[in-house]
Amino acid sequence: MNIEIELSRALVVFVSAIFTQNILLAYFLGLCPFIGVSREIKTAFGLGLAVIFVMTSTSLLNWLAYHYVLEPLGLHFFRFILFIVIIAAFVQFTEMVVDRFSPVLYQNLGVFLPLITVNCAILGASLFMVIRDYGFIVTIGYGLGSGIGWFLAIIAMAGIRQKLANDRIPRGLQGAGITLIIAGIMALAFTGFTGVLQAR
Amino acid sequence: MRSERNKIIARGLWGNNPVFRQVLGICSTLAVTNLVLNTVVMCAALVFTLSCSAASVSILRRVTPRNIRMMVETLIIAFYVIIVDVLLKAYWPEMSANLGPYVGLIITNCIIMGRCEAYGNSNPPGPAFLDGFFNALGYSFVLLIIASFREVLGMGTFMGLHVPYFSGPGWDKWIVMVMPPGAFFMLGVVTWVFRSIQSEKGRN
Repeated sequence: MNIEIELSRALVVFVSAIFTQNILLAYFLGLCPFIGVSREIKTAFGLGLAVIFVMTSTSLLNWLAYHYVLEPLGLHFFRFILFIVIIAAFVQFTEMVVDRFSPVLYQNLGVFLPLITVNCAILGASLFMVIRDYGFIVTIGYGLGSGIGWFLAIIAMAGIRQKLANDRIPRGLQGAGITLIIAGIMALAFTGFTGVLQAR
Repeated sequence: MRSERNKIIARGLWGNNPVFRQVLGICSTLAVTNLVLNTVVMCAALVFTLSCSAASVSILRRVTPRNIRMMVETLIIAFYVIIVDVLLKAYWPEMSANLGPYVGLIITNCIIMGRCEAYGNSNPPGPAFLDGFFNALGYSFVLLIIASFREVLGMGTFMGLHVPYFSGPGWDKWIVMVMPPGAFFMLGVVTWVFRSIQSEKGRN
């Protein structure tokens, strides 16, 4: 396989994962924390960074596990359990390392790590990687791009919600309702990127 | 006993509805609400997984060590999801391809974990099963409303059949409804409507 072609494909996948195929706005993954934890920019920032890190690492780990363990054994249906165990173990491990070596980082990032195990975007990225049959290098681009895309979306949402905090919103629309409507407008804006890049 | 059961049913379907009250577990299912048929299959899978895993968690609640509880629950859920996935792949491959990764994503659907933690964990299997079942039904009926609006407005069809007025030339199809933004708008509006009805009722 030509390394140059792989690299250019990885770049295309990377950019399209951020903009045109945003994992949150086009595939609805990771919506629960997106609605629950987007009241303040500061917390959204911490959670977003944690998602970028975990998503990139776990999609690579899962790629290795899928192609070197499950495929030779023919245990494809077992991937759900394997992926979720790898994700949970990785998150737990990272939490311990961060806690041990950097209390400051733990204060800012560590508290979000347990939340991430049940973030569907993380598992979703790994499943998409399997379904679309990405190679190893492309998977790096995809994991990183999806993480950054999710990060951008939650930061933007937190910024908007901070401005909205003092506005008068109809009672039934407060909280989740208005967040969803804004997410819809944001998704509409992101579809504007379609055609800038076509994933091949 | 009977009043307890009615309370569980009412809470799951309306008072504490997973979608518009708890806003949980919408991630993996919004993506399939562009067609009613996909939604029906997805919801059936969810009803099965949620009620069975809530009951299983409840049966095992006394023998599960506290500190690995979450992991055990996740594995129980994954077990039922794999059953659904394998069955779909074997008997309905087209539908399995349509739903893509979203069947697998039921595992991380927070409503299942949420119900197992909040109810299955501390109640006997019977009520836990009921609670899971009716929460899943409450979830399904909201999603079906969303899916019906999206398919009729966006494609002019309902479960693949043409709808008289909406599939004709007189109706300019709202393509945006079957695209991702439409899902967000519909869910936002549905949340708004149901919450308003609830708060109206609360005042009277």
